[in-house]
Order: sequence, then structure tokens, then C-alpha cells
Amino acid sequence: MIPLLMYVAIFVAAFFIVTKVVQGAGLKDYTSLKTVTFGDESAVRPNRAAGIISILTIFLMWGIFTGSSLLPGFLHAPGPYEGTTTFTYTAEADGQTDDATVTVVVHPREQATEAPEVDPGDGFAKNDSAAIAQWRTGLIRVDRNDELGRDAGATVVAINGEPIAPGETVSVDGGSVTLSDRGTPNFEPTKGWQMEPLYLPAPEAVWTRSLEIAGAGFRNFTLIEHLGYSLFRVVVGFLFGALVGIPLGYAMGLSDWFRGWFDPIVEFMRPVPPLALIPLVIIWAGIGEAGKIILLFLAALWIMAIAARSGVSGVKISKVHAAYSLGASKWQIMRHVIIPNSLPEIFTGARVAMGVCWGTVVAAELVAAEQGAGMMIMTASKFQNTDIVIMGIILIGVIGFGIDMLMRWAERLLVPWKGKG
Amino acid sequence: MTGLSINSLSMRFDLPNGDHVQALQDVSLDLKAGELLSVLGPSGCGKTTLLNIVAGFLAPTSGELILNGHKVTGPDAERGMVFQQGALFEWMSVRENVGFGPSMKGTPKAEKDETVNHLLDVVGLQDFKEKAVYELSGGMQQRVALARCLANDPDVILMDEPLGALDALTREKMQSLVLKLWKETGKTIILITHSVEEALLLGERLIVMAPRPGRIHTEYRLPFADLGVDADLREVKKHPDFGPKREEILNMIWDMEEEIMGGKEDAA
Ligand SMILES: Nc1ncnc2c1ncn2[C@@H]1O[C@H](COP(=O)(O)OP(=O)(O)O)[C@@H](O)[C@H]1O
Ligand SMILES: [Mg+2]
Repeated sequence: MIPLLMYVAIFVAAFFIVTKVVQGAGLKDYTSLKTVTFGDESAVRPNRAAGIISILTIFLMWGIFTGSSLLPGFLHAPGPYEGTTTFTYTAEADGQTDDATVTVVVHPREQATEAPEVDPGDGFAKNDSAAIAQWRTGLIRVDRNDELGRDAGATVVAINGEPIAPGETVSVDGGSVTLSDRGTPNFEPTKGWQMEPLYLPAPEAVWTRSLEIAGAGFRNFTLIEHLGYSLFRVVVGFLFGALVGIPLGYAMGLSDWFRGWFDPIVEFMRPVPPLALIPLVIIWAGIGEAGKIILLFLAALWIMAIAARSGVSGVKISKVHAAYSLGASKWQIMRHVIIPNSLPEIFTGARVAMGVCWGTVVAAELVAAEQGAGMMIMTASKFQNTDIVIMGIILIGVIGFGIDMLMRWAERLLVPWKGKG
Repeated sequence: MTGLSINSLSMRFDLPNGDHVQALQDVSLDLKAGELLSVLGPSGCGKTTLLNIVAGFLAPTSGELILNGHKVTGPDAERGMVFQQGALFEWMSVRENVGFGPSMKGTPKAEKDETVNHLLDVVGLQDFKEKAVYELSGGMQQRVALARCLANDPDVILMDEPLGALDALTREKMQSLVLKLWKETGKTIILITHSVEEALLLGERLIVMAPRPGRIHTEYRLPFADLGVDADLREVKKHPDFGPKREEILNMIWDMEEEIMGGKEDAA
């Protein structure tokens, strides 16, 4: 809740600062002269400053709530308690009471710590000590060293002098103490507002782990090899899909027999998510390369066939007529009219297919693989290596984005007439 | 024998719902080589259907078409077509579009380049030859379409409202260009138009078609096309016969439209 409010506050504050103060003058092109911008989609261009601040904000929030060393300490959200604290408990047995002190050392998880030695003190209740890791809680069996323990009818009736009954909680320095149902104090160190590294490591931890994995590798394969395997599967699967799908789509666009024959198959297979085919493909082809490439082939095939089919159907009849009247043969019309006319559609299909293939390969690797981006994050998650999981997700996103940019670039280069018909 | 004869052409579209449309009924027409015919008529009277049959894209339900002594059975380079818009190949440059016909025939490159260059000069697009067609204005695109059609040296040029989407000024320039090309090349031209003025200016012969069933209603022989070859078209419009003819034809089409509307009301 707090992070969300903070995020909204940064959003609003940045909006006012950037638009009202910094960019008060505004952009000076003709759009700035438009008086009607609400509802005019063309006048809504992404605000560059907003984009930059948005990304910075994500990292800022990430740093704040993980106590990142990239940020100065005063920006950190309150961290978990660390150090040694004490509280006293009051035990009552046979009508008499006695106080004793509990010393608790709260230590970072990765740094094993022994409970300190303490002087037992006097009275029938003896002083205790415990070591508890941050973000964990610990039952402290205070009566174990007492002269009159639970078996002798002793009960804890107060913490730091405040009366307490089973189920109730008393705040103490560095945390809180809850009495369990059976009357044992349970110490919970203050968690603060930061995320536990197990759930969300700091950005620099992810970064160092990435470098480490890039150098040393993960599960017998280097980082590049993991990503390379995923990319290789996508490219090969996609190429096979395009190689079969495009001619199939053309045939469906040009021949009523092909259209009739394949329409039911294509229309049936199109809505089946490729992920749903994973189990069958594993049964048939195993978890090796062949299975994954078949899966990606199937993911790309229908998309490419449909794109090519609609590319053919989309050709303006007047263009075909014009070509016939100019003396072109069927083959020439195919080569010089239908194919170039369908390329923009095919490129759009290819972009979609690449996106779907990338998503599918990662998912397939999550299920079963010896290497690949998906396998990497799945294995890391089993071992609670959250830093690797996050690194993997970021890399998968970056690569997916890169593929799309590459396809757009190729599209601009190869089919500049797109949308110009 | 040269020329195009259209012999009692009928075209009936049977619709999937069991209805049918008699788009053409018993249309006959003889065109001598080098004649310029403009076709007028309310929309839906079968003009496009007629042109598509002449081009060979449609086979008539009955009747036949004889061009230069042989029967027309399908599309062919002897009959060129200029469409209203969007029939250029946007993946080709202006030069490639104009050279499309010769390329398909396998004309040697030098000869093809010569034809293309000559035609680009004729339509005034020499400076734009390497441009993509979508970078040109609508008027320029139609000039490319004309040049592309002429590059094939067809016997008959068929135009389906080729200037319909142009603004008035560009349109006037294009009308002069069409007349000039007609005179210089001596092609037989059939031009469909919605504009009575254009039909009068460009029609050496003019037919007005009537709908339901599509047929030839009235035919005219007009002097204006010949006059317009060398003169400013605005001068031609001042010819004493021009205004009355325009009124006459407008009234004729107006009456047909009225009849269609009336018929609809009766049916309702
Ligand atoms: N492919 C077709 N199928 C059914 N009816 C058609 C088809 N083409 C044209 N028609 C009908 O034939 C008539 C003549 O059409 P068309 O030749 O396009 O008229 P025009 O070009 O004069 O406006 C219209 O009633 C039209 O609805
Ligand atoms: Mg004790």
C-alpha cells in the first residue's frame, strides 16, 4: 500500500514539476498551436520526460524498498531491526513472581550467529538469550532454564511489566513479543518496510549476480549460451513455420480446394494456445531440441499461414486486373503483384509470430529443458535465487523487445510501401 | 477489319439469394479504330460491367465481342485499362510502373527504357521517375496510370472514371492530356464518367445508358472532342451547342434517377 501511494505521489509530483514548471514554455511545433488536443490522438505524443522519470522511478522505488547501496541511506525505507535488544518477562508460579531478562540478537540471515552467553541472574526465573534472523520470528522457551518451569505450573504473565495472556502481543524494543497459545513468548523483530532479499534483492545484487553468471555460467551453460539456445529455437522454429505457413497461406488465398481443405484445420488450430501443445509435444518428441522446435514451428505456422492468406485476399482486384491487361501471365502476377502486395501483411504476421514464439519458448523451457532462458529462471526459482530470476525476466523482456524492434526496422527497410496502397 | 464490335451483349448476375440483376441487356455498339467514346449513365446502369466485359474480366451471359476480327475471350495486352485509383503498384517506382507491360513481355531493356522515357516526357513526369508512386499527388498518379497503359501500345484503352477522384483544376488538365494522347496515338478509347461535361468534352461519340435493365438509351455524335484537341477546354465549353446539350443530357439522367427513386417507392 505504502509503495503504491508513493508511486502515485511521484507520478503526480513529477507531472506538476515537469509540465508546469520546467516545460512551462512547452514544445514549439505546430501541435502546440492546436487548441483541441483532448480526443485528438495525434496530439498525444509520449512525453519524453515522463518516460525517463518513469523508468528512474521504478529503479528508485526498487532501491528504496530494498535498501540499495546505490541510494544514499536517508532515502531507504526503514530497514529491518538489526542488533541486540532485551526485554523482561515476569513468571508466576505458586503465587510468587519473578522477573528475568531475555537478550535477543537479531542478525542478517546470511550471517549465522550464536545466542550470546548471559548471566542467569537470581530468582527462580533465569535470564535467557536467543539469536533470531531478520524477517524471521523465534519462540523463546524462557522457562527451560527456570527453576520452576511450565511443568511446575509457571506461566509468563507480563512482558516488560505489561500484563500479557496467551494470544496477546506487547511491543518491545526492536520488535514485539506475542505469547503463544501454550504460553511461550514469540519474538518478532521489527521488519521495517524493506523487502526481504529472498523476495526482492536490491538492484546492485541482481547486477553483480548477472555479471557473475555471465562469467561463470549457470548450470553448465554460460548466460550467453542460455539465451542463445532460446533464440536459436525461436529462429529455427519460426523459419520452419514461415517456410511452410507462407506457401500454405498463398495456396489458401489462391485455390478454393486448398482454402476448403485447410480452412477447418487452420481455424481450429489458431485459437489453441501453443502452450497447450507443450504436453503433447513432450510426449511425442521428448524434451530435447526437436520437441521445442516442433512447438515453435506450430506456434508460427498458423500465424504465418493466416497472414499470407489475408495478404493474398487483400490484393485490390483492380491491381490484378491492371496486371492482366498489361499482358502479365499468372506466374508474373504472382511474382510481381500478389507477393509484393502481401509482404506488409506477412511482416505484420512475422512480428506477431516472433513475439508468440519468444513467449512460447520461454514457457516451454520452464516446463522442461536443459538450457535456455526459461530453464534458467525456473531452476533459479527452485533454489530461491530471486536475483537470477529477476535478471532472467529482465533479459527475456529486453530480448523480446529487441526482436520486435529488429522486425520493425526490417519492415521499414523492406516494405516501405506498407499502408500506402 | 479493324475496330471493336459489341454484339447484343447481355449480362445477368444471379445472386446467392435467388434474385438476379440484369446488368446489361442486348447492348450493341460498333466502334471504329481511333474513335473516342464516352459513356454516361446513372450509377448501377451497367457501365462498369460493360467495361469489364470488354476488358475480358467477365464473360457475358450472351452476346459476343469482336476486336479486329477476333473474338474477345479474356484479358489481353491489346486492351489496356486505366482505373479510377489505387491500381498502381506501390512497390514499384514510377519508372517501373510505366515499364511494367514491356517488362512482362520481355522487351529488351534499351527499347523499354526508350518507351518509358518517351512516355514520361509525354505525361510530364520525367523528374519523378525514380519516386515511389505513393509519393505523388492523385493527378500525377493518374498520369502514371495513363503512361503505364500506353507503354503497352494497346489497340483499345478502357477508362473507368479515371479522373473521378481528382480536383476540378487537375481534372481539367488531365482532360486536355487525354485528348492530346487520343489525337497523337490514334487509340480507340472508351471512357466512363460521371460528369456530363467531361463526357461532352471527351466524347467524340457519347452514349447515355439507362438502368434496369442496363441498356443504351441515347447516342450522340459530338464535335467538342475535335475542337478541344487544340483549344482551351474552357473555350470549348462556350460553344453555342455545349450548354444546351449539357442541359438535355442532365435532364435525361435526372429523369432516370427520378424513375429509380419512384420505382423504389412503388416497391416499398
Ligand atoms: N459481381 C456482381 N454481382 C452481383 N451484381 C453485380 C455485380 N457487379 C455488378 N452488379 C450489379 O450490376 C448492376 C450494374 O453495376 P455496374 O456495372 O457496376 O454499374 P455502374 O458502373 O454503371 O455504376 C448493379 O445493379 C450492380 O449491383
Ligand atoms: Mg528463564
